[in-house]
Amino acid sequence: MTEREIKKGIRELSPLDIYKLLPKITPPCGECGEKNCMAFATKVINREVAIEECSPLLKEKYKGDYEKLKKLLAPAVKEVTIGAGDNSIKIGGKLVMYRHEFTYHNPTPIAIDVTDEMPENEVMERVKMVEGFKYNYIGRTLNLDMIAIRSTSNDPVKFKSTVKKVAETTRLPLILCSLNPDAMEVALGSVYERRPLIYAATKDNWRKMAELALAYNCPLTLFAPNDLSLLRSLANTLIKYGVKDLMFDPGTFCEDGLSETINNFTMIRRNACKGGDTLLGFPILGVPITVWLEKDVPKELLQWREAYIASMLMSRYCDILIMHSTEGWVLLPNTIWRFNLYTDPSKPVSVEAGLKIFGKPDENSPVMFTTNYALTYFTVESDIKSSGVDCYLIVVDTGGISVESSVAGRILTAETAADALKKSGVEEKVKHRYLIIPGLAARLSGEMEETTGWHILVGPRDSSGIPAFLKDNWPPKEEG
Amino acid sequence: MKNKKGNKNENEDASIKIGPKLLELLSKLGEIELEDVEIDAGELEIWIPALSTVIPPPAVAPTVTKAIPEKPTEILRAEFKPLVQTYPGRITEVKLGAKRSEGGSRSRTLTIGGETSPAFYLFEEVPPNPPVVSVDVFDTEISLPRALRTYVQDVIGDPAAWAKIAVDKFEADAVTVHLLSTDPLIKNSSPTDAAKTIERVLQAVDVPIIVGGCGDPKKDAEVFRKVAEVSEGERVMLSSLTLDMAEAKILGNVAQAAKKHGHVVLAFTSMELNRAKELNRRLYEFLPRESIVMDLTTAALGYGLEYSFSIYERARLAAIMGDLELQHPTLSGSTNAWAAREAWMKMGPEWEPRELRGPMWETVTALALLLAGVDVFMMMHPAAIRTIKEVIKNLTSLGKAKSEDIADWVSIRL
Repeated sequence: MTEREIKKGIRELSPLDIYKLLPKITPPCGECGEKNCMAFATKVINREVAIEECSPLLKEKYKGDYEKLKKLLAPAVKEVTIGAGDNSIKIGGKLVMYRHEFTYHNPTPIAIDVTDEMPENEVMERVKMVEGFKYNYIGRTLNLDMIAIRSTSNDPVKFKSTVKKVAETTRLPLILCSLNPDAMEVALGSVYERRPLIYAATKDNWRKMAELALAYNCPLTLFAPNDLSLLRSLANTLIKYGVKDLMFDPGTFCEDGLSETINNFTMIRRNACKGGDTLLGFPILGVPITVWLEKDVPKELLQWREAYIASMLMSRYCDILIMHSTEGWVLLPNTIWRFNLYTDPSKPVSVEAGLKIFGKPDENSPVMFTTNYALTYFTVESDIKSSGVDCYLIVVDTGGISVESSVAGRILTAETAADALKKSGVEEKVKHRYLIIPGLAARLSGEMEETTGWHILVGPRDSSGIPAFLKDNWPPKEEG
Repeated sequence: MKNKKGNKNENEDASIKIGPKLLELLSKLGEIELEDVEIDAGELEIWIPALSTVIPPPAVAPTVTKAIPEKPTEILRAEFKPLVQTYPGRITEVKLGAKRSEGGSRSRTLTIGGETSPAFYLFEEVPPNPPVVSVDVFDTEISLPRALRTYVQDVIGDPAAWAKIAVDKFEADAVTVHLLSTDPLIKNSSPTDAAKTIERVLQAVDVPIIVGGCGDPKKDAEVFRKVAEVSEGERVMLSSLTLDMAEAKILGNVAQAAKKHGHVVLAFTSMELNRAKELNRRLYEFLPRESIVMDLTTAALGYGLEYSFSIYERARLAAIMGDLELQHPTLSGSTNAWAAREAWMKMGPEWEPRELRGPMWETVTALALLLAGVDVFMMMHPAAIRTIKEVIKNLTSLGKAKSEDIADWVSIRL
């Protein structure tokens, strides 16, 4: 395909484009589990199934169509795998430039660095920290993903020894960082079955690094700081050399060079997604660890910078990150932002209103309410579930607005809440008349007692306080 | 059967040289293919590249690399040319604040908007008016997380003194005075009292002022009309005008007051571009385009920031692509980040100190929206404010990156 023929963007692709190339066996064979080829084509377009699920298509007879489909569906940014077997991670595979166009694939893995000159216990501690990082966010566990091993000694023996030790300690995918091909060769020799990412080929060492990437079948990063022509030329060269799995590092400049960083990332991704430039269609590596190159700056300030630079790079097309900070306050906002960025943009902001039942509530169980803003609801749901409380939760339709905003905007009022209470039918399910309202809706309590005739208990401002609140206030003390 | 067996043997041989992955790949192929189609090894080879995009490609044995015709011996140049677009649309420029010569009393004014490309695409356009920060000030006692309270403890309840700190210490480009005390459910202060507060703040600082209401559409309308009158000519921004006001048939009154006294309005909608357009259409009946800024709603990091991010990004792209009803600068209430429990809650030693976690929450929230195209940020924590101002400075000029600075990051001892 020439560069001029820009292939259809993922959004312009219709199920019909796929359908045309499917086997269309009559009567439908149903081997993919769908009713017919059109239904299958629709799922393919939505990236819910891979075309390989159509087993007839894989027969020799349909080879031409299969190849065409592969090409049609190939992401603008190549998907590259780091690691082997169950411990592998897919990088890139981006179909679109902007989040609102289509769900982003392959959330940006975060790698934490160790070096071959760190004391062994420090290396082990950092690896353990990465493996142990866990945060429970709306029912999902957020993790860190990889270890980047840097050779600061430039000594092949030392590098190999650290790489081996790390590989023996953890199953996490690895990035081997050294610009010295001799050190890389020795280290790779001991862990190539783990398919680590090689960092990096430059304008000076590219031939040797390319040989290593080929010999050991490992993905290779191209490093051309602030020189996209060099980066593109290196890609051109290495593709012709036979290296297929490439990764780009156009340089991460964190201070006054930040505009170049963001612009380089953006230009690469735009040329790939909107211009069909296949030479630039590779994942981008962000290296916020470079903030640490600045000397005589307090540690907290560098951690601070690294945290926000990482978040910006993720917003601007970075497919993998190498960081140094291990502080929770640095990594938490980034793992959450990553989770958020990679959610389905077409998912509604609101959840269905109505009565939700948790556990096995009886006629004496607490009744609470919240709004139908998805994030509010999921947070409350996750807090109730993790506390194991049996209760009723009325989800009031506020048009997908949070408690605080809907009270301020007069969407959540005593009337709308009373109406939701009535419709929920909870009156028949419990024999008490106590309603727990969100702390952020406290101002409605007086009015609500009047409109509903129920006793109002003002609950915590944050749903994390629900278990403690119930412990102190439930069952309610008799009116005295 | 004979064929099947033959292939299997080959697989085993190959596995010695090229590792288990190819074996796995071939065995998978075997399952699919060998049921009803007879193929020979020649065909098998042809099939490998096609499948190799599904499964990681096999390790390449030396014999296979030889098959590649010629390896380049020098870098094959392939110059980079950025994909530069031109767009039919432009964000309207809006001026906040007015100097004496313009009928106000500000010594500093701000111009926002004017962009003709996506945010910070410097390869297309250097932003004509860099985004600005307006610092939040409240006119009454308010519950604040400790990390925020520390910095303003002494001035809570004194909005003029608070505004002064915001400008002198936090380097605010503008100040937002939230007239919370006017809330009928809080103090129900009168529009006249609210107007006095605004007058005092206007005297205390020389930057543009944003006037925040309490969220009750009827009360806000009364307060805004009074404030508009007493701050005649100052070009304050009234925050905010809503479709609820339109429903209560009071939007026109407020918009007319803004026009009569020379002010700007903030059109607030909650994450729905069609509603934003509808509100703007209603405002066009009363106000020039140069007097309208949009607030599309900011949800905190972890609590819907991604929705805000996509809405602001879509708004900017639609605007420059020619949607006239969205060609307005945008504002984000990034202080909303503090609604996230992770911003203020005590969470266990591995997540501390929250004195850093909190302002980082505000920073990450604001920076996501900066990249999406927001022009004005309402913020509170001094560290977050300083960071976003620094980032804006760093993002608006090119030519500062020195490749030698980072060329050797791999081997640097930290």
